[in-house]
Amino acid sequence: MSTIKSLDDLKRAKEEALKKRELKATSGAAQVIVGMGTCGIAAGARDTMKAILETIEQDSITGVIVTQTGCIGLCEREPIVQVIIGEQPKVTYGKVTPEVARKIMKEHVKAGKIVSNNVINL
Amino acid sequence: MKELSLHLLDIAENSIAAEAKCIKIVVNEDSRSDLLQMIVEDDGRGMNPEMVEKVIDPFTTTRTTRKVGLGIPLLKAAAEACNGFLTIDSQQGKGTKIFVQFQRSHIDRMPLGDLVTTIMNLLVANLQIHWIFQYKYNDKVFIFDDHPIKTELENVPLSEPGILNCIREMLKSGILEINPDFLTDQVSIS
Repeated sequence: MSTIKSLDDLKRAKEEALKKRELKATSGAAQVIVGMGTCGIAAGARDTMKAILETIEQDSITGVIVTQTGCIGLCEREPIVQVIIGEQPKVTYGKVTPEVARKIMKEHVKAGKIVSNNVINL
Repeated sequence: MKELSLHLLDIAENSIAAEAKCIKIVVNEDSRSDLLQMIVEDDGRGMNPEMVEKVIDPFTTTRTTRKVGLGIPLLKAAAEACNGFLTIDSQQGKGTKIFVQFQRSHIDRMPLGDLVTTIMNLLVANLQIHWIFQYKYNDKVFIFDDHPIKTELENVPLSEPGILNCIREMLKSGILEINPDFLTDQVSIS
């Protein structure tokens, strides 16, 4: 069965992740939160999240925790993505298409520069 | 919503909101009996019969808080448009089971769509939950249980680049092994 092989692959991926995380430990963890209420999903949040995960893979962005939340009462601005880096205040983005999500991952999460066009001022 | 897997994601969100510790998602396709069934089963806080009524038909009552949304009525309507139905089996303190059935070949039956992305998103973004995903096509079954994976990974989250890739491949190859036509045969009208 291929599952055994996959677990081996997983073990290797884990070792690699551990090495990279050690190198990065000082820079502060990043958290990315995607709105996954019915409103978010209907607005395309699943593909927004897909783009976030794919960017993590393609750009080898390590040390990111991706989580989700329900409807936060801003349905008309979904898909909504929030980013918290280390001790910095939470940044809320609206109308995050997969394209915008990739930009947020590359510019904000990876390089620390907020993508101001899509920021929602709460 | 244009895909059944988007509905699955939406229904699973209810289980997460109900503080489930274990969520099982089942997709059964049977070309012989021409049925497509989906089940989302959780061990969350459950609902009383009154609440179940409200969840099924949100327009019969005046709610003050938006505890439940339109997700289930939308899916129920989609199933009924395809000679199918939706049932909710829920017990307070025990959990909830949503069962939905479609005539698989019905012209209005939505495609399953990007099932792998739905499952990936749920797994990665809800590490505290034990996920079991089962895909059945006729007599063949693929079961994905994230428990051994998380045990193996210890404290490394699933959102690390190499691990994401690993898990996506496991899901994709597992589904394709059961149904090689999965990616092309999603709106079959046979």
